[in-house]
Amino acid sequence: MNRHAQTVVLLLTGGALLHAGSTDLYLRYVKAGLQPLLIGAGVVLTAAAVATLWYERQAARSRRDRHREPDEPGAGPDQQREPDAPGAGPERAAAGRHAHREPRVAWLLVLPLLALVLVAPPAAGSYTAMRTGSALQEQPWGYPKLPADGPLRLTVADYAGRAVYDQGRALAGRRIKVAGFLALDGHGAPYLVRMALNCCAADAQPVKIALTGELPPVLQPDSWIEVTGTYTPKRTKDPVNGTAVPYLSVASTRPVKAPQDPYDEAWNG
Amino acid sequence: MAIIEEAPDRPGPGAGAGSVAPHGSPGAAGTDAAPRDSTGRHLNSPLLLTMLLVLAVAAQGPLRRVLAAPVTQSWMTVFVAVVVQALPFLVLGVLLSAVIAVYVPPSFFARALPKRPALAVPAAGMAGVVLPGCECASVPVAGALVRRGVTPAAALAFLLSAPAINPIVLTATAVAFPGNPEMVLARFVASLLVACAMGWLWQRLGRGEWMRPPERPSHEGLGKGAAFWGSVRHDVMHAGGFLVVGAMAAATLKAVVPASWLNAAAGNPLIAILALAVLAVLLSICSEADAFVAASLTQFSLTSRLAFLVVGPMIDLKLFAMQTATFGRAFALRFAPATFALAILVSALIGTVLL
Repeated sequence: MNRHAQTVVLLLTGGALLHAGSTDLYLRYVKAGLQPLLIGAGVVLTAAAVATLWYERQAARSRRDRHREPDEPGAGPDQQREPDAPGAGPERAAAGRHAHREPRVAWLLVLPLLALVLVAPPAAGSYTAMRTGSALQEQPWGYPKLPADGPLRLTVADYAGRAVYDQGRALAGRRIKVAGFLALDGHGAPYLVRMALNCCAADAQPVKIALTGELPPVLQPDSWIEVTGTYTPKRTKDPVNGTAVPYLSVASTRPVKAPQDPYDEAWNG
Repeated sequence: MAIIEEAPDRPGPGAGAGSVAPHGSPGAAGTDAAPRDSTGRHLNSPLLLTMLLVLAVAAQGPLRRVLAAPVTQSWMTVFVAVVVQALPFLVLGVLLSAVIAVYVPPSFFARALPKRPALAVPAAGMAGVVLPGCECASVPVAGALVRRGVTPAAALAFLLSAPAINPIVLTATAVAFPGNPEMVLARFVASLLVACAMGWLWQRLGRGEWMRPPERPSHEGLGKGAAFWGSVRHDVMHAGGFLVVGAMAAATLKAVVPASWLNAAAGNPLIAILALAVLAVLLSICSEADAFVAASLTQFSLTSRLAFLVVGPMIDLKLFAMQTATFGRAFALRFAPATFALAILVSALIGTVLL
């Protein structure tokens, strides 16, 4: 991999990081807190590309100057030097030394850039959710009181936690609205899912609510919906890791836009 | 891809001729090797790129279907996520390592270390704290230390400890394991212990002839600015490429391999430790990013994930390659297996005590 190719890869990497960090794209892959680091890294990589170009030009200029100097005193010695001028002498040795070859594996850096810019893969969705066990955990500090009247707007994790660990005490008899994306298991049973993450999509884990009741005839996995319904004590077990998965009895559903941050980042504080 | 050296008007020794001495007289070697190389098995980048594009257009339909499959999408999401998440940490480490590599003279380390080798080993191991970088940075620095007259045992302790116990890596570990702060302590203690033990082992059993004296680094004779950015570029290129390899392996593991396979390995505590230690060697993830991969291997015990974090920065495929290049094959063939075995042993012990 020569110097120019390295410069291009550095520039592309920096540019891709800046692109992802300055739009909402990065939220599909990493937690929101990483944004300043992403932009900083993008700036540094771009600067490294620019610096490489600049020092390259300087080195080329100083090499040229050093070659020109012996021209002026007289033509005699110059004539002898001419045939091997670009390659011989200490300059060439120095050039050879700092033309340190980088491994070809560095070309692989282009792959994530292409994936990021051309494909922009979606946030971890129903496929990952159905292969990963539900990550529902009991909140050690208990569950705070809910507003007394009106429909309850809860997150997937909040509903599931209260349904499983609080025996649905605050939920019974209330109209509940929960938003998430749809996922279907191997038998076509529908789940409402929200992924939670600690750091990046590689550690994203789902929290699932099984759906029953009035569901639309066609269920499209990965589509975001808001369901309105009521608590039901029915429960099932996640086939992957045996965690309890509560049911929600659905009265109506409506499609909603995917949230700006597709992940539930409540765990990150 | 063709690797054409800097020579503006003369094709240099190609990448295939990798054994041509890089610091000798490349001009002479180039004239011998160039004609055969450039016409033979050598492809140049534009040609390859064109062929790729033509291929992509020809296979558009199947390619779209493959890209739309949930497995591929999930694979790409994890792949991009690991790279995007690790790059800022990589860049941070590379910047700091460039500062130290360029603005702190290596002679400083030689002066700072105790004269007696037995004491210099732990001191050098602790000194690893001040080289914030990943393992790719520590190999050249260890080479420089040996050249400046630091006893090899101490330099090796530094080589092994620096990638694992520096603040950047420990911070990344803390971020990746928010629920288990003891993981940071365990990683620090286990890594330092292995590094010192290997240093003392080398001092006891090592022979000078196994270690080929390291060659000169490429930065000398350049201005500070040029050396700084050269170091940044070099580290990003080295570590970045291997990071992508690691991300690919991690994504494959996550998206394709059924959870039950890993679950089977995760079930038995001993097999789990061995499996993750081997995985660390194969994945060759940069130590600034490996904690996040370890965190995602949720089905494994903390002790086996500690083994992953201790083995990875000390010995993996790319480190073995770099050690062979820097210290010679006789050295790497003895040093690598010993490090691997000791790292597993110590992390099992420390994991039992601390986690």
